[in-house]
Amino acid sequence: MRYNPPSPLETPVLSRRFRLPNSQSIDTYLATDGYKGFEKATGMTQDEIIGEVKTSILRGRGGAGFPTGMKWGFVPRTSPKPKYIVVNADESEPGTCKDRLLMEFDPHQLIEGVLIAGLAVGAQQGYIYIRGEFRYLIGVMDKAIDEAYAKGYLGDNILGKGIKFNLATHSGAGAYECGEESALLESFEGKRGNPRIRPPFPAVAGAYQCPTILNNVETFCAVPSIILNGGAWFAGLGTPKNGGTRMFCLSGHVNKPGVYELPMGFNLMRMINEVGGGIRGGKKLKAVVPGGSSCPILKADECDLAMDYDTVAAAKSMLGSGGVVVLDEDTCMVNFALRIMRFYAHESCGWCIPCREGTTWLKKLLTRFHEGQGQRSDIVMIGDLSKNMLGRTFCPLGDAAAMPTIAIVEKFREEFEAHLDGKPCPYENKGSYFSNSGLAA
Amino acid sequence: MTFSPELEARFEKFLTKYPADRKRSAVIPMLVYAQDETEAITQELIEEVAKRCGVTPLQVEEVVGFYSMLHKKPQGKYHVQICTNISCLLVGGAELWEQATKKTGIGHKQNSADGRISLEEVECIGACSWAPAVQINYDFYHFVTPGQLDKLLDGLAAGKKPEEITEVQKVSC
Repeated sequence: MRYNPPSPLETPVLSRRFRLPNSQSIDTYLATDGYKGFEKATGMTQDEIIGEVKTSILRGRGGAGFPTGMKWGFVPRTSPKPKYIVVNADESEPGTCKDRLLMEFDPHQLIEGVLIAGLAVGAQQGYIYIRGEFRYLIGVMDKAIDEAYAKGYLGDNILGKGIKFNLATHSGAGAYECGEESALLESFEGKRGNPRIRPPFPAVAGAYQCPTILNNVETFCAVPSIILNGGAWFAGLGTPKNGGTRMFCLSGHVNKPGVYELPMGFNLMRMINEVGGGIRGGKKLKAVVPGGSSCPILKADECDLAMDYDTVAAAKSMLGSGGVVVLDEDTCMVNFALRIMRFYAHESCGWCIPCREGTTWLKKLLTRFHEGQGQRSDIVMIGDLSKNMLGRTFCPLGDAAAMPTIAIVEKFREEFEAHLDGKPCPYENKGSYFSNSGLAA
Repeated sequence: MTFSPELEARFEKFLTKYPADRKRSAVIPMLVYAQDETEAITQELIEEVAKRCGVTPLQVEEVVGFYSMLHKKPQGKYHVQICTNISCLLVGGAELWEQATKKTGIGHKQNSADGRISLEEVECIGACSWAPAVQINYDFYHFVTPGQLDKLLDGLAAGKKPEEITEVQKVSC
């Protein structure tokens, strides 16, 4: 089961059970190498587990791309404090819908990844922070957790080996900001989701100020295969500095939108044309957001590139969370920039003034611009305001709002100019999406 | 305050999930589940959650003001949430939103006179690759067309439950 047909170009590792009947059940999981990685890890030292994850060159799938093994290595294992594993399942970066699938169709893979992380740092308690809108997934995960307890994979004496690990879900209540690690921890502790200043990082002072491993769902889901098949095997699936596969969420103006698991470094134009079936309606490609709404946009002629962290960074954007949003030639970039800014203005937690005020003013400026009331000097002001937010906030939300805006203004300045002098939006009279696509029924 | 046995059982579980001196962690999960039963977050509920979690009512209140899903005003029986964020915007999400407001005559975070429907223009709900997406209460609808949205809104207004509107299927799991 999945929501879009698979592509023959996929390399299913994390998604390999999605098409099995009853893929959610522990019986299906156990029949397909389930919990074998964990069992193997019980015979390994903590250094060996962390070493294997380092060898795999697994990099954080939430967006920052930080090497996972290194992050785990920062946890002070000799600390007398309890240690925690926290799963970031607050998936809410616009353009991203992969963690939902990983939990829905293979919940035990996530549980196993968390268990292995627990062994690696000596944690005995884990929490899965799931965004509140994914209420049904809390049910899916709770059921899987109950099954794991019943079969002895969770509890006080796991597999009779004296290993203790307890796991529970935790519901959020609607806040993009809580996908940021330190805000997530504040929220987890029952407070407003405002970010914390770092250092100390969560590895040292995370949940309840105790050492904590906090990773994205997809990151944990890669771990069982890494331990079972070896870090070198996983690394070999990708490019030299980017191990493994990636769940890419293809959306927007493509013929076959969907979540596809492709090797790291897969070419973006091939992804659009061969996996995604090209642009709808035979139109031309205008631009691509390569990794969720916070990533600087790439123009069509910049899209012939390998989708790994380093190559996309070299193109002055980010691989981000895997949300690949494809825009055709009829997309109004002023409207697109405005919609992104409306989102960030709504989601700014208000803690840091540059972000709180910056996103609100940018929203006002872009709204005015799109309504045809913009002035030439506003174009410069949009860029200046954005640049003044960069690096001046506790968490990356301010940067996430500024970076795409700067890129859109720089790369599509002519579209901003086309809205000047009271001229109507040149894209507005192209008819509605549905009437053009024949989907109106 | 008394809750249904199911909610009481859930609350009990919440309070054992976290370390004994960290019951504050249960505040947000309790509120988000309780409001479905009490229809909104009332002063009474705030005080009850504060008591159960060992915090002050103010500490609960400040959380209520932060999270977009927590609401002090009752929503419609069927809370229709239409995503207009980027992936949905590109494939007709904004048109769906406009259609819904015109058809129902109600706006963002407003309820219909009979209390059956409320509308909300929501930020990304994590269905980008199957856009445009709509959520009714906690159920997802993918690849929604204007015709399907019409059927859903008409059906709900006529007193049907979403599952009785057989022309449009929610995402099953």
